[in-house]
Amino acid sequence: MIQLHNVCKRYPAGHQALQAVSFTVERGEMAFITGHSGAGKSTLLKLLGLIERPSSGELVVNDRNLGRLRKRQIPYYRRSLGLIYQDFRLLPDRSVYDNVALPLIVAGQYDRQEIGRRTRAALDKVGLLGKERYRPPELSGGEQQRVGIARAVVHKPLLLLADEPTGNLDARLAWEIMALFAAFNRVGVTVLIASHNTDLIARTGCRAMTLDSGRLTAESAAAS
Amino acid sequence: MLAAKNYLGHHLRACLASLGSLLRTPLASLMTTVVIGVALALPSGFHALLEDVQQLTAGMEGEVAQVSLFLKAEVKDEEARNLAWRLRAMDEVASVRYISPQQALEEFQHNAGVSDALAYLDENPLPAVLVVRPAKAVGKADRLRGLVQRLQALPEVESAQMDWVWLERLQALVSLADRGMTLVGLVLAVAVLFIVGNTIRLAIENRRDEIVITKLVGATDAFIRRPFLYGGLWYGLVGGLLAVLIVDGILWGMGAPVVRLAALYQSGFQLAMLGSLDTLAVLGLGSVLGWLGAWLAVGRHLRGVEPV
Repeated sequence: MIQLHNVCKRYPAGHQALQAVSFTVERGEMAFITGHSGAGKSTLLKLLGLIERPSSGELVVNDRNLGRLRKRQIPYYRRSLGLIYQDFRLLPDRSVYDNVALPLIVAGQYDRQEIGRRTRAALDKVGLLGKERYRPPELSGGEQQRVGIARAVVHKPLLLLADEPTGNLDARLAWEIMALFAAFNRVGVTVLIASHNTDLIARTGCRAMTLDSGRLTAESAAAS
Repeated sequence: MLAAKNYLGHHLRACLASLGSLLRTPLASLMTTVVIGVALALPSGFHALLEDVQQLTAGMEGEVAQVSLFLKAEVKDEEARNLAWRLRAMDEVASVRYISPQQALEEFQHNAGVSDALAYLDENPLPAVLVVRPAKAVGKADRLRGLVQRLQALPEVESAQMDWVWLERLQALVSLADRGMTLVGLVLAVAVLFIVGNTIRLAIENRRDEIVITKLVGATDAFIRRPFLYGGLWYGLVGGLLAVLIVDGILWGMGAPVVRLAALYQSGFQLAMLGSLDTLAVLGLGSVLGWLGAWLAVGRHLRGVEPV
């Protein structure tokens, strides 16, 4: 699903965020990227979401070479992804329902009934069906992240990319969120999560790649 | 088919949503639309006034254009009356009045109060005069000029005179004012572009996070632009509506005094409100300017709003 070949990212200020990173994530796999803050985890996910472009190297996602995608094509590429963030990035003045429906509205190919059906299905999966009229600030942090996950899966993407999704949550809520990712992974969604929480990663038993100062230094195999 | 329906449905939603977001900040929206309204009202109001004046002077051309034919001294009374009949037969002529030298003298004595002076003269110095009133259809200035030239060429006529220079001057003034207002209108149109552009720029700043998030879930630039373009359209349309109300209000307010003034000049002239075509033109112009202002602002300021 994801192939990286010698990917480098140097920021204009001169900071070398990634150096010759190569790895592969198989279709239907759930994997982690770990490392200290500033190790390059977020940069890696930004490259995969085409929020940034690499300085050199090649990224292939779902058989698409990202280097060949023009700017015009980026929105259509992003619709094949589900992106999840540490700070949730919800629209605070819109209802939970509107937040989750946003990717479907943006895609413009669903009618109102279809949007309603899919949005409620996504909310049901994250256990928030009763809260669709609430606004994000009225929800707890764990609930807000579940809204973020519902929004990321509502259009049934093949790949979920999560940047520190449990960074703002306590241990119990973090585990609930991980269980949610595992559930989506079981139905075939490829999941790549950046997290510095090594204990949590170890409990999931998934493969983890460690970044240190922009280099891939270690890889733990999945416990299967 | 379904795609087209969804596309139109999306446009409708974007259109209504942008109206909704205008109404959520009523004070800021009101200030923008008032400025647009005043900027549009000024040129369209002057345009309406000038059109009224042109209407008035166009009506006057036929009435004012009275051609006086001063006949040669040797032309006898009989010949003059025959000429009057010949002229009455012409299509361009509405009526001819014959004033014999004797009548002219009487009229002159009566009016001018110079009877004493005239009494010293041995013979009547006044020529016979034919007062020709052109037909309404002759109307325009260049056709009138042609008629006057032909009348002048008649063998019985010493000279043909028409007192309408002031009318030409008035029309020249009106067209000068019209040109001036067109130029001022252009400047104000540019001002409207900037007003809408600035308002949309602020709207983009205020919704920065929302734009970034929408882009992250795969929104195209067209999708992001749409509500702002509709927003500009609404500002322009409501501003145009306000301009129409301002202009009609002012014309209505001036109506009664103008009728009184016109009555003093034995005229039934009254100010006309903006016609339905002019009203549509102001609304259309406002909408186009609003949309264009938004388009310029969006092109400039949306580029910088990208996810980081």
